[in-house]
Amino acid sequence: MDPQLLFELFVKGLVQGSIYALIAVGLTLVYGLLRILYIAHAGLFTLGGYCGVLVTNATGSFPLALAVAMVSVGLLGMVIYRLCYQPILDQPPYVALIASIGLYIALEEVYRLIFGPYGDSYDNPPFQEIVQVFGVGLKQAEIATMVATVVLLSILGLLAARTRVGIAWRATVTAPNMAESFGISILQVRYLNFFIGSALAGFAGVMVALLNNLAEPGMGAVPSYKALAIIVLGGLGSVRGTLVAALALGVIEAYGTIYLGALLDRDAIAFAFLIAVLMMRPKGLFARA
Amino acid sequence: MDLIGAYEMSLLTTIAIAIIFALSLNLITGFCGQISLGHAAFYGVGAYITALLGKAGMALGPALFIAALATACAGLAVGIGALRVRDDFLAIMTMGVGFLFTGIVRQQDALGGEVGISAIPDHGLGRAGFMALCLAVAAGLALFSLYIKKSWMGFAFDSIADDEDTARMIGIDASRFKLAAFALGTGFAAIAGGLYTHNVGIINPDSFGFIESITVLAMVVVGGIGSVWGVIGAAIVLSMLPQWFQFIADYKLLLYGALLFAVMRFSPGGFAALIAGAVARLRRGRTVTS
Repeated sequence: MDPQLLFELFVKGLVQGSIYALIAVGLTLVYGLLRILYIAHAGLFTLGGYCGVLVTNATGSFPLALAVAMVSVGLLGMVIYRLCYQPILDQPPYVALIASIGLYIALEEVYRLIFGPYGDSYDNPPFQEIVQVFGVGLKQAEIATMVATVVLLSILGLLAARTRVGIAWRATVTAPNMAESFGISILQVRYLNFFIGSALAGFAGVMVALLNNLAEPGMGAVPSYKALAIIVLGGLGSVRGTLVAALALGVIEAYGTIYLGALLDRDAIAFAFLIAVLMMRPKGLFARA
Repeated sequence: MDLIGAYEMSLLTTIAIAIIFALSLNLITGFCGQISLGHAAFYGVGAYITALLGKAGMALGPALFIAALATACAGLAVGIGALRVRDDFLAIMTMGVGFLFTGIVRQQDALGGEVGISAIPDHGLGRAGFMALCLAVAAGLALFSLYIKKSWMGFAFDSIADDEDTARMIGIDASRFKLAAFALGTGFAAIAGGLYTHNVGIINPDSFGFIESITVLAMVVVGGIGSVWGVIGAAIVLSMLPQWFQFIADYKLLLYGALLFAVMRFSPGGFAALIAGAVARLRRGRTVTS
């Protein structure tokens, strides 16, 4: 086996894994707080992709597009929480799951009707130059994705560990009633949670639209199912577990498509891995007690 | 059979198959409370087995029987795996099974890969005969569902759906009943799949993907989880909507999505609960006024 190829696949897998991580962390945040599987998250990811392409093409500024995507997608996340989830939180868990599947399908169709079925591309996609890193050719955009993932998730970790808001958030996840009796507004924590999680998905959408140079209505479908597999692998609600599972899945897919491609397609590899892990550890890799 | 034309016959056949498929999921999700997001995989297994057996020259009846039996075994295997996981983990695992099925079929040349299987030999029943067969199976499954619901098994299913731990506590062997639900539900899904194969004459992996799993789940949920009549009603309405309103075809998925969401958001018990609520209100109103 050619070590250079193995290494290259490993790096490509990490790039894909960081995108999965950005999407899945938002889902994990929501699950940790509300115990709902939030498929419509991927609809926000798609919106992020469109924001990136349309704003960049209109203004010529990619950073502006990133900011617009994160803020608008974050806000939409809060609206979705208020209108769609808050009223059904006391129902059995499948209610929210099925409602969010419905919402995602509807969102995808709305994008198709508004933006057309074929998708939009960047007129002048930025960060397309190839850079050699340890002998592996990577697009600048791919490096930027990995770096941004590390930076964003580190900031998130710091926020959770060091700030008052972070402490309030962790307290709410651990014991909502107790937190409320200490004067924490659970509603505000939930809004914040949806804003941050959705903004991360919006960011991921912009980067994926840049990597493929295409934002299209169905771009959220496969990442959304994979992100679910990832948060389940990570043990539902564990941010660290999600991160490890996302990177692991990215790498496994990269190797799998080369070595198992004749047997399974890329998406099936992810789910075969998921099922295998669940059979051995029914509550995921990093189950919380 | 001059009463109805070819168009109505094909419509009725399609509806009957949708009813069989929806009722088969209702056994697992409705009666036993096990959410499945990958039911189309078993519909697909049944469809592929029926298609291959048909091409090998087997008659429709035995082919359907073998397909149902083989798929029930596959469903049992998945059910045994599913015993280890619960709730959200189960939902995602069944979704994984769905992706695994299409992912494997796509890469197998023996199964036609992306293109699928076509030129499946005719069943020899004629349009009317085939329609009658589909309707008979649908009616049979409906009666069977109603019978199960009233039986001891239905009681056990109900208690598991309600609260599995309590069910175990009162001595119900939850694992065995869950496996029974999986075997029955997947077996009937295979029959629906086999009939679908002969109805359309060509199958490919896209017909058995996640959207199909969601579509059938929509029928169960919109009708009212566990309600036989509700599920039948929803299967009829949801499979006819795109046919009745041709202009709606482009918006079919939007409609599914919005309907699924709206029912969960405003009436989680489905239309069955809505109607039951309305009837109860009417009755109460009448007693007050009289």
